[in-house]
Amino acid sequence: MSAWRGRLALGLLPLALVGCAAAREPAAATAERAAPVPDDAAALHVLQRVTYGPRPGDVARVRAVGVGAWLERQLDPDRIDDTAVEQALRALPTLTMSIADLQRDYPRLDPELQRKLASGEMTPRELREQYPTDKRPGRIVAELQTARMLRAVNSERQLQEVMVDFWFNHFNVFANKGEVRWYVTAYERDVIRPHALGRFPDLLRATARHPAMLYYLDNWLSVRPGYTVRTGPNQGRRAGLNENYARELLELHTLGVDGGYTQADVTEVARAFTGWSINRPRQDAHFVFRPGTHDVGEKRVLGYSIRAGGERDGEQILDLLAGHPTTARFIARKLVRRLVADEVPPALVERVATAYRTTGGDIRAMLRVIFAAPEFQAPAAAGAKIKKPSEFVVSATRAVGATVDARGAWALARATAEIGEGLYEAVPPTGHADRAEAWVNPGALLSRMNFALALADGRLPGVRSDLGTLVGDADRRQPRAVLEQLLTGLLHGRSSPQTRAVLIAQLDQPEITRLTADDRGPANTDVGKLAALVLGSPEFQRR
Amino acid sequence: MMATRRALLKSGACALAAVAMPPRFLARVADAAEARGKVLVAVFQRGAVDGLSMVIPHGDPGYYASRTSIALARPRQGDADIALELDGFFALHPTLAPLLPLWRERTLAIVPACGSPDTTRSHFDAQDYMETGTPGVKSTPDGWLGRAAGVLPAGRVTPFRSVALGTQLPRILRGDAGAIALRSLDRFEVRTTTEVSTSKGFESLYQQGIQDLLHGTGRETFEAVKMLKSAGAARLTPANGAQYPRGRFGESLRQIAQLIRADVGLRIAFTDMEGWDTHVAQGAEQGQLANRLRDFGAGLAAFARDLGDRMSDVVVLTMSEFGRTVAENGNRGTDHGHATAMFVFGGSVRGGRLYGRWPGLAREQLFESRDLAVTTDFRTLFNEVATRHLAVPATAGLFPGWTPAAPLGLIG
Repeated sequence: MSAWRGRLALGLLPLALVGCAAAREPAAATAERAAPVPDDAAALHVLQRVTYGPRPGDVARVRAVGVGAWLERQLDPDRIDDTAVEQALRALPTLTMSIADLQRDYPRLDPELQRKLASGEMTPRELREQYPTDKRPGRIVAELQTARMLRAVNSERQLQEVMVDFWFNHFNVFANKGEVRWYVTAYERDVIRPHALGRFPDLLRATARHPAMLYYLDNWLSVRPGYTVRTGPNQGRRAGLNENYARELLELHTLGVDGGYTQADVTEVARAFTGWSINRPRQDAHFVFRPGTHDVGEKRVLGYSIRAGGERDGEQILDLLAGHPTTARFIARKLVRRLVADEVPPALVERVATAYRTTGGDIRAMLRVIFAAPEFQAPAAAGAKIKKPSEFVVSATRAVGATVDARGAWALARATAEIGEGLYEAVPPTGHADRAEAWVNPGALLSRMNFALALADGRLPGVRSDLGTLVGDADRRQPRAVLEQLLTGLLHGRSSPQTRAVLIAQLDQPEITRLTADDRGPANTDVGKLAALVLGSPEFQRR
Repeated sequence: MMATRRALLKSGACALAAVAMPPRFLARVADAAEARGKVLVAVFQRGAVDGLSMVIPHGDPGYYASRTSIALARPRQGDADIALELDGFFALHPTLAPLLPLWRERTLAIVPACGSPDTTRSHFDAQDYMETGTPGVKSTPDGWLGRAAGVLPAGRVTPFRSVALGTQLPRILRGDAGAIALRSLDRFEVRTTTEVSTSKGFESLYQQGIQDLLHGTGRETFEAVKMLKSAGAARLTPANGAQYPRGRFGESLRQIAQLIRADVGLRIAFTDMEGWDTHVAQGAEQGQLANRLRDFGAGLAAFARDLGDRMSDVVVLTMSEFGRTVAENGNRGTDHGHATAMFVFGGSVRGGRLYGRWPGLAREQLFESRDLAVTTDFRTLFNEVATRHLAVPATAGLFPGWTPAAPLGLIG
């Protein structure tokens, strides 16, 4: 496109504003090429839902393989090579450590050191020497947050990452509750991740036995009513039921809050799980069943009699819940909300629930039903979801083709928290919300725009954006051409006429387009500023 | 949601006019009586606070019978480390001592057995019901404070009419009138390294176009940014030597006070505090719950002090989704219960006394044989605060499907 044509485009701006067909504009050829052809639209849609957003070239890659084949590959992550991200994760030593090693190498502050610091016998600096910040428990959670972001941005196993996020949130634990910070790495690595595309009943059972869940929802302390503690500091004290886990198991993990259970069911489930505890919680914390604290009597749950005895009581409850049609519907609804729309199509929920029931809770089978559903593929579904903060941050990073190291991933995790979604930092067992209303508000929107600016300006440490590749061979003296490349690259042609018009108008700003010294025409376009505007646009907040 | 944003757009026009000329705008605020409308600050203790530990019924023998390790000792004259006497039957947790002056000045009222008629013990549902104001009904799209904002008597309408401190807009403030959620006044702007036109660029992106949640919020955002900047709210330091506790709760209250003192048209503010779900090792005079209460009490007291005389226009209302079991559980903690205690202070609150019938802690007096019974429907309290303090018309029907009961009479 020649220079005068570019300027002519600016002159025709009012046409676009009154809603005239874009085809009248000289730049129409570019614009039309950018509008997704049907195959591109399908590829783009699955990338928006199954991944953390398309990187440059992803749409073409999915189309080349075929949407169906590409989805099948994502459903079988072990066969996808991911060595690059695994390599990068080696910078984070805590990820592969056992709970015992973490407790030993990242200990809590020694009370003696704390006393010395308080009394002035030791300076803060001396404390840091003896108790370095990178060997404190806070480091474990920071590495985990970093790893989550590193994988979200760089992993080829994108569906796996999306599902890890989904299931962690479903079986949420708060990393900063007591001992959980030493357990949460293993919880995600050994419980959530291996079952993220497996079978829901296995996932449920694994969460129930993990120290992170046992601690977070207090079940490790729940004992039969009237039990007297035999040893330790609480010797002689009477202890009893704690119904925290039992209630959330029914309300959040399986049946759902309207699942038809009663307070009596909650108490009975709590009785069944007495004795499910943690052995040596401050050393090598692991599951233990303590027969002495178990309530041996019969339990009645949802009308069923539970009298398997011992550890089997809890297992039988988990079997009962995992096999319950209400659980199937509850899980189906939540999956559909994440992958299709906030307002879930009821018929699709029923079909996904049927898949759950006929396959015994096979997560892949449920996902296949969703991906094949007309409701999923409908044009109305495209862009129907507002990105939650982590999805926005990662999708923007991927869209600009940024290279991210561990330091960069940490910056992304902090940015996500700033917009409201602290990873592993959701205090209540409900986890983070998956609905637009939770995430759209003035403060959060400003944080999104500020993130877009920081990202595109290259102000995030450890995140190197590659805007040059994004705008390709567009002549920087042609702001309009640069903009068209950005709209194609970042929004895949999905920009509204209004957004397009506003951005074109912005090209006149000296901040965006620097003129030549003699004022005769544009000399250079600030691609970063322009990209930030596109990333902060309403369209980019959707997926 | 669409209607929401359209209503907002109209209100936005007023706000924009107001910021066009900052000095005159500020002067106008100072003399306009209506600009100093009454303010309600709602504080949510998320996670279900143990009301029996905040406001201790030491005169009820059931209290000590049910709690062997976590009960607070009876108050003793001159001992500030244990529960503080209120009226011979109830006492205040010692960490809430900063609130005692308010009680003595008769500006702090307490409703010790308040809650929902719904029996759910789910945090999530109970919070939802308390925020929508419709116990048992999940389909209510808006919150009762959001509805209140829409029916406030005529006055200045600015983007800051309803504000929540936090990263998310809580259910309680949702509604056609619109509301702002923000975490920090300092950071409420577009931060660029260079010129300001990028901010204008973002603004334009949300200025036109479709009426949806995103665009509406975007428009609201930029109006608010400009107004806040011209009012200089973030530069106001706490007055009267008020010292807020460190942490999110203290920060939120400090910033609400800034918004009130900057006269940006704030009428309804909301903030919340987590960490009340004390299933294990709750503690008594000291411990886990005491630590939370210390921040809670210190924050509220600092807020009252900061605002000084301005508190005559402001009422603070605290709430929590339900209380906790009367008996302690097997882990020196408490499980999910029913009624809890709520505080109301400021404005023309007739304080220095407790409101609502005490249901008693004897087993036969308990709700479902385990929890403190609700004798004051939370809607009775909330409705009274909204109608008597904010002057929301009684005919507005803030709480659909509910016929107002006789008011408690706690607002003069």
